Amino acid sequence: MLLGTAAFGALGPQQALSADGPPSSFDPALVRKGAQLAAIGNCAACHTAPQGKPFAGGRAVPTPFGTIYGSNITPEPDTGIGQWSREDFLRAMHEGVDRRGRNLYPAFPYDHFTRVTDEDVEAIYAFLMTRDPVRAETPPNELAFPINIRATVGVWKLLYFSKGAFQPSPSESAQWNRGAYLVEGLGHCTACHTPRNFLGAEKKSLDFTGGEAEGWHAPALNASSPSPVPWTADALYTYLRTGTADAHALTAGPMAEVTHKLANVAESDVHAIATYVASLDARPPEQREKQSRDALAKAPRKAEGPNGNQPGIANGAAVYAGACADCHDRGRSAEGGALPLPLATGLTMPTPRNLIRIIRDGIMPEENERGGWMPGFGGALTDGQLVDLVTYLRTLTSEPEWKDVPGDVRKIARGEE
Amino acid sequence: MITLEVNGQSHRVEVDADTPLLYVLRDHLQLNGAKFGCGLGQCGACTVMVDGEAVFSCITPVSVLQNRKITTVEGLGTIASPGPMQRAFIEEQAAQCGYCIPGMMMRAQALLEKNPSASEAEIREALSPNLCRCGTHMRILRAVGRAALAMQKASAGNAKGTGR
Repeated sequence: MLLGTAAFGALGPQQALSADGPPSSFDPALVRKGAQLAAIGNCAACHTAPQGKPFAGGRAVPTPFGTIYGSNITPEPDTGIGQWSREDFLRAMHEGVDRRGRNLYPAFPYDHFTRVTDEDVEAIYAFLMTRDPVRAETPPNELAFPINIRATVGVWKLLYFSKGAFQPSPSESAQWNRGAYLVEGLGHCTACHTPRNFLGAEKKSLDFTGGEAEGWHAPALNASSPSPVPWTADALYTYLRTGTADAHALTAGPMAEVTHKLANVAESDVHAIATYVASLDARPPEQREKQSRDALAKAPRKAEGPNGNQPGIANGAAVYAGACADCHDRGRSAEGGALPLPLATGLTMPTPRNLIRIIRDGIMPEENERGGWMPGFGGALTDGQLVDLVTYLRTLTSEPEWKDVPGDVRKIARGEE
Repeated sequence: MITLEVNGQSHRVEVDADTPLLYVLRDHLQLNGAKFGCGLGQCGACTVMVDGEAVFSCITPVSVLQNRKITTVEGLGTIASPGPMQRAFIEEQAAQCGYCIPGMMMRAQALLEKNPSASEAEIREALSPNLCRCGTHMRILRAVGRAALAMQKASAGNAKGTGR
């Protein structure tokens, strides 16, 4: 009965907060601060369509429940947030409701944004309200019943949403706490790096143990990190700003955009994020250092005969020798050389899907962005050759073989994943 | 001994299995349209088609190409009778030094065979792996657009001719 009453309260729409519209001007310093924060939150990732105007929405965000379209958050009055007051925006970020009080789908990660301070939300508001207004209706979401009924979000919020500010840890440094605040709040890193339950909520007991992002595996960032060379705060800092670091692979998939954004925010904030993320790996330092030394000692291997005598693996080794070895056996220090693959997280993670995507499509920076490059081999290799290559590459690690490489290759080739 | 089907003709070549296709095309088959640029799959000058997909021939070992259909720029037409893509590049005078052009034509051909009505944005995106140092990009884009129109007209003509 109590639950019923509480549910009724959450399900019913709330009210618009005030009749006052937005302020007519904003402090330029506040706008600049908001620009940095919007980059850390990577708002544009969901709120800008491919080749679309910045923040004008329309980007299709795939979820297990259907497609949700990022909304127009430019200050256009009818299709954007031009009529939103500061209080409306703050409530959306902290409570997950729109200006009219309707529940927002948690693809908008307000379970994280609720931790962002009022001052930071105000800066983001100032930044967004000073963008070019774009008239663009956001396409209706394509969600299955019953998720398509917004009231279901109210139930979801009762189960999984807890409003509240970030709680610093007094025993940790100011830098660590700044990192924790950014990672758990605005950065919403666990939205991808934590697995989700059948209702799409993050499994908080498995925080940072690896999750999903648009068909890519987002690897674990805690002690179960699959990285052959364990991450350090310094390596993470370099990776987050440049998309790669010594002894680590190039960024690929949705993370590439994150690193492009972090390339332009304050160095101190990226150092803070790196410090906090590195601290998630609770293995003793000696153990991490030993793993690092061992991995680096084993890494520079020349293409060699396959382990075992499965014909598929032998064929995969032949493909590697012809298509991959010229760059990857040379190592990064040589001109045109690439990372020795035993150091690549793509080989050690629990699923082959990232590796399959990278081999098929290569790694290319988005238009007008800098970044690492790897040519794609999707046209050159048949699905069977790709299966053999991926199966062979896994034998370069000490991880168990992947269960269904042919199935994963097939699904990715058909665009089902 | 490896058998390759290039531009509809079967060739038997005696090379190591990991020899890049580009070397076989140029050194063994005297098909010199595809060019060596970077040798790393980064510039696109070596682009050819395999089973209708654009590939970097400089990093594709011949061992993966048995029983597959390879098309080079020589397969799109002849000097006497250029194909629609080649004709469009001539008409738009899209080449400056010309080194990148065979690769550009092959990647554009692969795109238009899959998507004959590709938009300019789609053409730009598809051609983005191919570099041109002379800066003829605008002419290349016009040429590909012209080729697309020519190919659409030709296919509409064929459809009428066969009564479909």
